[in-house]
Order: sequence, then C-alpha cells, then structure tokens
Amino acid sequence: MLQIISLLVENKPGALMRVTGLLTQRGYNIESLTVARTLDPELSRMTIAVEVDSALRQQVIKQMNKLINVLQAVDLSDSPAVIRELVLVRVRTAQETRQAVLKEAEIFGGRVVDSSTEGFAIEVTGDPEKLNEFVDVMRSYGEIDVTRSGALAIALEAKKLRLQPPVPTKGPAKVEETIQ
Amino acid sequence: MSTLMSGARMLLECLSREGVDCMFGYPGGVTLPLYDVLYDHPLRHVLVRHEENAAFAAEGYARATGKVGVCCATSGPGATNLTTGLVDAMMDSIPIVAITGQVSTKLIGSDAFQEADTFGITRSCTKHNYLVKTLEDLPQIVHEAFYVAASGRPGPVLVDIPKDVFQAQGHYSHVTAIHLPGYKVFTEGHTGQIRRALQLIQKAERALVYGGGGIIAADASVELREFVERTHFPAVNTLMGLGALPSEHPNFISMPGMHGSYAANMAMSNADLLIALGVRFDDRVTGRLAAFAPHAKVIHVDIDPAEIGKNRAPDVPIVGDVKRVLTKFNEALAENRKADGGLEAARNAWWSQIRRWKQEHPLQPVTSDTEIKPQHLMTEIDRLSQGRAIVTSDVGQHQMWAAQLVRFGEPRLWINSGGLGAMGFGLPSAIGAQFARPDKLVFAVVGDGGFQMSIPELATIAAYGLPVKIVVMNNGYLGMVRQWQELFYNNRLSAVELDCFPDAEKLAGAYGFKGRTIDKPWELAAALETAVNEPGPYLLNVKVSPAECVYPMVPAGGAINEMVLGPPQPVAAK
Repeated sequence: MLQIISLLVENKPGALMRVTGLLTQRGYNIESLTVARTLDPELSRMTIAVEVDSALRQQVIKQMNKLINVLQAVDLSDSPAVIRELVLVRVRTAQETRQAVLKEAEIFGGRVVDSSTEGFAIEVTGDPEKLNEFVDVMRSYGEIDVTRSGALAIALEAKKLRLQPPVPTKGPAKVEETIQ
Repeated sequence: MSTLMSGARMLLECLSREGVDCMFGYPGGVTLPLYDVLYDHPLRHVLVRHEENAAFAAEGYARATGKVGVCCATSGPGATNLTTGLVDAMMDSIPIVAITGQVSTKLIGSDAFQEADTFGITRSCTKHNYLVKTLEDLPQIVHEAFYVAASGRPGPVLVDIPKDVFQAQGHYSHVTAIHLPGYKVFTEGHTGQIRRALQLIQKAERALVYGGGGIIAADASVELREFVERTHFPAVNTLMGLGALPSEHPNFISMPGMHGSYAANMAMSNADLLIALGVRFDDRVTGRLAAFAPHAKVIHVDIDPAEIGKNRAPDVPIVGDVKRVLTKFNEALAENRKADGGLEAARNAWWSQIRRWKQEHPLQPVTSDTEIKPQHLMTEIDRLSQGRAIVTSDVGQHQMWAAQLVRFGEPRLWINSGGLGAMGFGLPSAIGAQFARPDKLVFAVVGDGGFQMSIPELATIAAYGLPVKIVVMNNGYLGMVRQWQELFYNNRLSAVELDCFPDAEKLAGAYGFKGRTIDKPWELAAALETAVNEPGPYLLNVKVSPAECVYPMVPAGGAINEMVLGPPQPVAAK
C-alpha cells in the first residue's frame, strides 16, 4: 500500500533534496510528490506518495522529522485525510464520438478546458483511483495524453505542531572585532 | 557601528566568537581570500597533508574535548576529500563544522575549474549543510552551524562559501538568536516514562546498564557512575562508550558485542532488564537481533527519537538528554531507599553469575616467548597508560584488541572510528587530539594497513613537533579481513597480504624524528618506554605474530551468546 506523507517544510533551497534523499538512499521509489508554498510564504507543504516497507514507515517519518528544515512530517495513510489529485487529459476524438466524450467527462465531474476539431483537453480532480478510471474511459475513445499532479492531501484532524522557539546565542557580543 | 570587513574576515570573526582556537585545513584556489586573512589572524590554522585528514583531525579534537572541531578545504577535490571524515562524524555523532570554498556564485553550475556540487554531495554526509549565497547570510549561517553541530545529537555540519562571498565587503551584525523552528531538541525526558522506568529499575533482578557513546557526548559519566553505584547494577560500555564508566570501576564488566567479552555478552543475553543509555543497538553489539537480550525488558534513553525503536522496540522509551534523565533517575533513587526489598538474594546471585562468567573466560593477555602477540602489545600500552593516555585507533584487529585490553579511566581518551570503521583514522585523529590536549600522552595505535593510508600526516606531526607516539601493530596483513577469510572463506587469503612495509627508522628519520622496528617480545616494554620518554614524536613499528585472530568472536548473523572463544582446535591425526 502506498504511504501518503504530508510534510511542512521551510521554503529553502535543498529542503526538497533532503526529504527525497531519505527515501532514495533507502531505495524507495517516489510515486508522486507535490510541493507548494503555504499561507506563510516561508513554508511549503509537501505531499509524497511512496511505497515503503511497513516495518520502516515509522522510521522514515522519524528521520524526516529530524531534518532541520522539516517542521512536521506525518503519515496520513492510516489517519483521516482527504486525498485528491488533478489530471489533465487531451483526447483526440472523431466527430461522431465527441458527444459521448463530453458526457463521460461530465460523469467524472470534469471540465473541458480546450476544445478543437481534433478533440478536447479535460481537467478532472478527485480521488486518485477515480482518476485512473477516468483515464481508462478516455483511452477507449482514442489517443490520449495525460498529465497528473500527484496526490495532494490534507489531514482532517489537526496535528499539534510543535515548533522550537528561537534559541539565544551564548555569550555577549564582543564589542570590537578581533583584528582591524 | 562595526567596521567594514571582507567575508573571509567575517567568517573568522564568527569562528572566534564561537570559541574556535584551532582549525585543521588545506588551502586552495577559492579559499585564497580566507587564507590571506588567516595570515595574520590569531586563530591557529593547522596545515594537514590531505583534506580527509583535516576532517579526521577535527574529529580527534572534538572527541578529545567535546568542543566543536573545525576543518577547512577548498572547492572540488578539497571538498570531496572531506566526505569520509564527515560520514565518520555522522556515524559516531561527533560535532564538527566543515568550511569549504566554492567557486564564485556566478560560476556555480558552469563546470568551472575545481567545481563540485558540495552542497548536494554532502547532503547525506552531514547533519545539516549550507550554501552561503550572500555575505549577509554568513554570520547567521555560521553560528547556526555551530549550534546544530553541538546540540541535540551532535554531528557534522558543512558550510559551503563561494569565493565572491569571501571577497565581498560587509558589516558583521551580531546574531542574537538561532531560529530553527523545525529543529526540535528533546532534553528533559517524559516524566511518566521516567516513572515507569524507575518502576522497572526497582523490580529488576538481573539488570544491566548498557551505556554507549551518548553518555560521552552528553558528558554524563558522573551521573552514570552515580546511577550504577546507587543501584549496584553491573554495566557494559560499548566500543563508543569506553571510558564512560572507568574500566576499573567495580560495576564495570567490559565491552559487549562481536568482539566483546564473554561475561558482557552473557550478561546481555541473560539480563531481565537492559537500561540502554545513549546507544543505538548497533548490529556489532546485538548480533542477531531476534536473539538479542531475549529475556530483557528494555529502557531506552536517547536524545534522538529516531533511534528509539529503530532496532529493538523498548518497553520504556525515553527521548531525552541522557545526563538530564540520569540525574532524574538518581534524584528519585536517592529519595526512595526501599528499592531492593526482597530482591537482594536474586540480585546477589546475578552478580555471582557475572563474576563466574568473568572467571570462566576472562580477556586474557596472551604472551609468547618467541614472538610479540598483539594482545601483549596492548597490555604493554595499557601498562604505560594506566588508564590516563589518549589512545586513537583505526579499524580492525588492533582496534578490537585495544578496546578489549587497554583501560580508560575517564571519557574522551578512547578515540576510534566506530560506526564508519574508517581506515586511516588513527593517525590524523591523534593529531587533532594532541592539539586539543597538549598535556596528554597520545598513542596512535594503528594497523600496518591504516597507517599506510595516513602516512602523509607524518609530515604534519613532524612540522608541528607533536609528541604523538605512533605504534604500528604490524602483522603484515589486513588482519580483520584475513581473519574473516580464514574463518569463513576457507582460508583463501585474497588481497590481504601487505608486503613491503617501509623501514620505520628510515621513514621516521626521513621526517626528522625517531623510529624503530621491533619483533622480539623481550624488546617490547623497553621500546615502548623509549617511545614515551622521547620528547617528540616516535614511530614504533611492532611486528606481531601474523596469524593471530581476535576472540571472542560472534560470527556474523550469530546471537551474541554464541561466541567463538578461541581458535579452532587442530583436528587429531587419523
């Protein structure tokens, strides 16, 4: 089963590398990864879907929490959370099946974002499983191109965010520089 | 208002404010601005002969003092050469700060001369690393680096500084606080868990204290001593924890693990309570994990939450500074004297059992009339040290024999590459330790393999006149690899014979100090005394019996109570 990890990280160069490095150094393949800024521009929210041996899941979360740039890493796999993904599909379709494609898109709650004589570009959001079905259905109508955002997740129960307060540096400031 | 200064000077200003009195380094193209400022700066720069050894020397300094060690290298090859030392410090939780030069910011990513992606390469080699993009960030980053290196579970931190940042001019602004909201350090220990731990401690019949490098990192030796004396519990110290409890302390058994003593491993295997303090249940200690301490409940105290439950699920997990937690244990024990209740008989029986194990298979000094046994060498070093000298080592047979047979009366005397097992560590770390502790007798006890990896540093030792006593335990082999080939690969000795060892007297002489080779057991004591009495450095090449193997030994994958106690007995002729 995929593990869904949600992280709150400092929006700094290298933060992404540190997080993914923990997974790649253990030989885990990342299925999907999304990162974007939060309301606080100094922080980013990251959602990772990754296949991790069940015995090591907790260890991976602990290692992520140890990273200096990570404020919080939580495993959302087994806790109440909403997981959504966006897919963009371009489908080439013949004149006679255009109506059927639009109907299908409507069933999946999709939105046509481009229409041409060649076919449509459609966006759908939803549960990743449901998007798989949508992609399968579209494929039955003709040649398709697919881009997926990867899973985005939000926990339904707020986890207490414990942050380290600033630590005063030791010793008074030296008045003069050591050497001019 | 502070004066305008260059980035290079600002870096040294930061280092001075952090109390750095000595750094180990090697200059290069992009660090020229830094070395120009160092030219007349009071901060002492020690020129080593290879960047890897700058990192090892910084580690030796840190391990001998507990202060943050500092090393410095140029971009590209300088930085890549540091990496082994960084990983070593990572594995053993040693606080060092590495400063590397980088090509100018405009050139980064252009495959410029001596450019390497130091920030990327050292991501997994460090506790944290930084690339300084502007001079404004420099003071904050450098002070942060020292804070991160030394706090929590200590470790290496690297600061990569481009040449133009060294050259830029700016004002040093005093850093009043470190703000790292994601860097959580848990020190106090959970009150409820501490109470639960104390309940187990009070009830235990066959308790054992399993103390490691965390005790030394937390400077908790005094608290550990008080704890074992209050509880009368026996204690083992791991390879990284040797000296945490003095070797001579009556409660101290010895080192457990793959080459640990019979008594220590049997105690681990039969205990009903393990009090694990600043340890990480390393595979070299536990052997086959499933069979490790099968009867024991475990109290695990560590400052790193990720260590708790990593290898062995504890009954009582305590995330905290082992010094603080031990203090709380001791306070509670001082208040509550009724502990031993009806357990006295069981606890006495446990102690008698441990004494019996000790007597049955003690770690014995092996000697011979015709050749120098490696164990003999270690007992002679021990005789001269009396638990007071600093002893550094590489990795391998000599390291294990030294750990078994040399006593350490206090922490920070035994300096070795534990987790990473890096050859070539002993000599450069001895340099760092000797700079840190000029008052101490420092033995670099190295194998003939590791010594040849660090030979360039003889120049550093000679140049600074460091009175390091280099003792090469020379068996003509990569001994530990040979031991495994002998025992587990049908004695097919592949690429382990080290021919052509240099003449020690000539080698040392070439650097301007004294050296000697010995191979007779009756020469050993006097030769070591001569080395120790020599005011400067000394290279003593001790040819030991080549075929000796380290025992006891727990074969890989074995349980630690399934020890091989000695060489296989020759099969009787038909």
